[in-house]
Amino acid sequence: MATVRIPPVLRPSVGGVKEVDADGENVGDVLRSLADQHPATQPQMFAEGGELNRYVNVYLNDEDVRVLDGLETPVGTGDVLVILPAMAGG
Amino acid sequence: MSPSGAEFIRQIRNQVAEVDPGDVNQRLQNGSGDGSPAIVDVRESEEVARGLIPGAKHVPRGYLESRIEGTVPDRSQHVVLYCASGTRSALAAKTLEELGYENVESMTGGYTLWKDRGYKVEVPKVMTPEQRERYSRHMLVPEIGAEGQQKMLDAKVLLLGAGGLGSPTALYLAAAGIGTIGIVDDDVVDLSNLQRQVIHTTDRIGEPKVDSAEEAMKAINPDVNVVKYQTRMDASNIMEIIEGYDVIVDGVDNFPTRYLLNDATVRLRIPVVSASILGFDGQLSVFAPYDGPCYRCLYPVPPPAELAPSCGANGVLGVLPGTMGLLQATEVIKLVVGAGEPLIGRLLLYEALGATFTELKVRRDPECAVCSRSPDEIADDEMGVFPDYEAFCAAAG
Ligand SMILES: [Zn+2]
Repeated sequence: MATVRIPPVLRPSVGGVKEVDADGENVGDVLRSLADQHPATQPQMFAEGGELNRYVNVYLNDEDVRVLDGLETPVGTGDVLVILPAMAGG
Repeated sequence: MSPSGAEFIRQIRNQVAEVDPGDVNQRLQNGSGDGSPAIVDVRESEEVARGLIPGAKHVPRGYLESRIEGTVPDRSQHVVLYCASGTRSALAAKTLEELGYENVESMTGGYTLWKDRGYKVEVPKVMTPEQRERYSRHMLVPEIGAEGQQKMLDAKVLLLGAGGLGSPTALYLAAAGIGTIGIVDDDVVDLSNLQRQVIHTTDRIGEPKVDSAEEAMKAINPDVNVVKYQTRMDASNIMEIIEGYDVIVDGVDNFPTRYLLNDATVRLRIPVVSASILGFDGQLSVFAPYDGPCYRCLYPVPPPAELAPSCGANGVLGVLPGTMGLLQATEVIKLVVGAGEPLIGRLLLYEALGATFTELKVRRDPECAVCSRSPDEIADDEMGVFPDYEAFCAAAG
């Protein structure tokens, strides 16, 4: 079980909460489990081929999963996934 | 029998290592690598005010024991001391050796010989009594001091936007004594701005924001040179606006300008202190071209319009841009003064409702569309390449 931090723009898709717990052995599993619980997040995170959208940054704890093993990066109990979109408000 | 003064000095000079000004000059020419010595001027303040060796730190001999650790904390660091003629610096070298400094040299002939040989000198800028009073609380901070304050007075910082983020940044940077502050904003003050844009006032509603901001900054610190750009920055004017600034503070409210700014600043190698806000959430990072990642390394492509609530009005807690703007101002001062660890390669997230800070690592992307190439390979027509902004916002509904 990992904790997924939900950014402001995705919160309406998960009932307004800031964090969601989701199961999975790796980053891809955890995010797909999130999408199963909250289907509205699916197209926002994943492109049609099942890979992450390029505009979505995902961090395992403090490291970008792109420099780890991407969606294959193993996730342990207590790990935190941060979904981070760009924001432009000033 | 006790030795005479002259004899005592002769004995000390025999005990300490001495170095010729020519060798010191050579080492300074070779650049400031790890092996370069710390040059310490041990003369009195009135002597230093007339000129010193560029890059030298000033520690008067009378304060050597109490202040040297603040200037040269590492006792294994190579230290070259000089005075006017080489006498006081020899005595000072002896003192440093007794304090445990391992590699100390006294420069023979002192500043007089250095200058006679025609090596480079600089005359330090002197602050007025009013400036010394105004910035006295900075001077008392060892990491800033008179040297750091002078760097701020000499610095040129450009603020993009005199809005939520730009307001606190402009006020505090003016108060801190940043010598030149440019502001780019084409907007006028609106009643709905005043919940967060604290640089503006109710009686200035309808005035251009750059004028309103200038009035507030000058009221705090008339020393500051405010340069106003009442325009919308775009590809046609960005290079002439930003060139010559030391640091740029990005608080703009839209993606196209953020990408455009990134591309132009990478090309000109100007560091950007970047923040963005939405609701109760803020993001902050420093993009220092080629030293760390750029904005495109972090966000290679912008999100689609429906996930980018940056067009038109969005809600934001009025205090939040204050918090994030002051974190930006702090990073600006650190960059200007050269103090601390700037937020390069790190992204700081602040979530106000939970009162949490999260730090994430940001890596340079070896495939980055912009900063993986050298500045002169980035062409004019490549800068700020972005989907059409009108269409982008229209799609957002
Ligand atoms: Zn880059």
